[in-house]
Amino acid sequence: MFLTSVVPQWPFYNLDTMFVRGLKRKCIDGEEDIEGTLAGIKAIPSYNLQRQSLLDMSLVKLQLCHMLVEPNLCRSVLIANTVRQIQEEMTQDGTWQMINTQSTGQTSLDRLVSTDILCRSSREQAEGKQVPGYSNFNKDFEDDQTQDSSETMSTASSVQAPRNLQSNVWEMENAQENRGNFQKSLDQIFETLENKSPNSVEDLFSEVDNSYYDLDTMLTGMMSNTKMGHCDGLETFSSPTTTTSNSNCKSDLNELDHIVEILVES
Amino acid sequence: MEGESIYEVDSGDGLGADIISTVEFNHTGELLATGDKGGRVVIFQREPESKNEPYSQGEYNVYSTFQSHEPEFDYLKSLEIEEKINKIKWLPQQNAAHSLLSTNDKTIKLWKITERDKRPEGYNLKDEEGKLKDLSTVTSLQVPVLKPMDLMVEVTPRRIFANGHTYHVNSISVNSDCETYMSADDLRINLWHLAITDRSFNIVDIKPANMEDLTEVITASEFHPHHCNLFVYSSSKGSLRLCDMRASALCDKHSKLYEEPEDPSNRSFFSEIISSVSDVKFSHSGRYMLTRDYLTVKVWDLNMETKPVETYQVHDYLRSKLCSLYENDCIFDKFECAWNGSDSVIMTGAYNNFFRMFDRNTKRDVTLEASRESSKPRAILKPRRVCVGGKRRKDDISVDSLDFTKKILHTAWHPTENIIAIAATNNLYIFQDKVNSEMH
Repeated sequence: MFLTSVVPQWPFYNLDTMFVRGLKRKCIDGEEDIEGTLAGIKAIPSYNLQRQSLLDMSLVKLQLCHMLVEPNLCRSVLIANTVRQIQEEMTQDGTWQMINTQSTGQTSLDRLVSTDILCRSSREQAEGKQVPGYSNFNKDFEDDQTQDSSETMSTASSVQAPRNLQSNVWEMENAQENRGNFQKSLDQIFETLENKSPNSVEDLFSEVDNSYYDLDTMLTGMMSNTKMGHCDGLETFSSPTTTTSNSNCKSDLNELDHIVEILVES
Repeated sequence: MEGESIYEVDSGDGLGADIISTVEFNHTGELLATGDKGGRVVIFQREPESKNEPYSQGEYNVYSTFQSHEPEFDYLKSLEIEEKINKIKWLPQQNAAHSLLSTNDKTIKLWKITERDKRPEGYNLKDEEGKLKDLSTVTSLQVPVLKPMDLMVEVTPRRIFANGHTYHVNSISVNSDCETYMSADDLRINLWHLAITDRSFNIVDIKPANMEDLTEVITASEFHPHHCNLFVYSSSKGSLRLCDMRASALCDKHSKLYEEPEDPSNRSFFSEIISSVSDVKFSHSGRYMLTRDYLTVKVWDLNMETKPVETYQVHDYLRSKLCSLYENDCIFDKFECAWNGSDSVIMTGAYNNFFRMFDRNTKRDVTLEASRESSKPRAILKPRRVCVGGKRRKDDISVDSLDFTKKILHTAWHPTENIIAIAATNNLYIFQDKVNSEMH
């Protein structure tokens, strides 16, 4: 489950720094690996690890957004496209398939300790706080994944799959690679998310009114309420509408003031 | 180029200078407007050439400052609407007043800038201070006369174009018909009439029926400088679409699609991101378009859709750093680009307060730096070089010591002369080429 709520108080920058520090090393080192492999030379463990890092980084990026201001849609779309690309390649590789056939049981439960930070975030998640526009996008993204993955495999729900994929890959790599700070912190994120059983995740969503998620519906509702001026094509011709009177009034008032000022003075 | 003037755009509220978010010359180049993150607009005016020094051209001084947009709160979505000015576009001047459009993420405003240098004196009913006179003291009538006064610049909001956009407005463009303009957000483009605020026409809509299917957004758009029916918009997938408003009311079907096929040898997970077009500008002639993506600037011929006619590398040394730049979000930086007046030179910003200029005729390029040290008045800018390992000359900067927080996203070129305005975070630099009109 990639995201339920994003938490204003969550000092994500701390996590980010840890995250970034570890990642940076791996990223710069592995940069050539990625491009090398795309040219056809695959050093399997390293390439997969790098690709996985990129996937994880992208997912975290989609989660960590500015709370107060609406997130940049262009950035979100580009990151989501990158994630899709990686997952497509993983599907073609058979990595996705392979991971999924492994036991879905266990994983990293024993080696991870949830920090206070993560506890706070999961509590917030339980409260079901949401940023509507943003969460909608990610929910859509999750739905998209459901579509993709159901076509390629018949196994557990997609909600489970990516999480398991990540944790299982980590497990696979564990024997060969050293654990860096990065691994731990990333695992912690997914560990916390993983702790929630699928049912509870769905419950989380069910608590919140689903219609609220639908940006489109919401905005349509808003539009019809405020009688927005812009509609498709020629329809506007027949129905001149008013905007929220405030802004219009203000500008009119200013003009009026100006005129009155002149009149009064002379 | 000579360093001419540096202005720090100060918020005046004790919090220090604010980040400049847009720069735009007006059609004559006499005025230069800047918008900042705090919703303020500062207009600079060029002083007329001094007769005493015939070779010294005018400097730009502050002409007017006003608060264009205020922060707002969208109660329905529980989100703030930033007051940051995303774009400013000047209207062609039609009378003594100047007009400009300024926009934040949601609302576009039309401002009228007028000068007052005379004021009426000699009222019958009021005295000099404006207090009403005792009527018994009025024995004769006089005609008020206009007397000169200190120049006062007045800025008034004439129109407010609100509620036209669900998503964030990234560009506005005034049509050559001087009656309409368009505003583009991530998914839609609206056409407005400058005199009508309660209605706009949606001319492009790329919002998919299911937001799940969203893979592409609009990144920039502009009207053709001469043909009032043509406009172009760029996308996050690196394509340009030229649309003709005569073809249909909703221009979802492009007239021309400009797209360069991907280079398979350069392909990586970041290919799409770096191909996203951050800015598109028609040439003054109207024959070409200039686009900026993360690593290059490209010149497109309107008649050729298959590939650009020219491609210039802005900072190719970053190609091997894309992963780090993705991680720190720099890969999403949106750089702007600009033509010079004769369309012979193009300019764009980069990191470390560097900006680049490419001469299309000589194929020469130069990297310059906008910094206080190198920009004392009349100081000549020294070309800079970024070295990528190997031999390193003195004064070269290595790629690893580039400061990625110092980015020049916004640049503008005077419409006719070799004067450029560079916004470096919260400083505005104005450079003039006084010796030649050509690049040397």
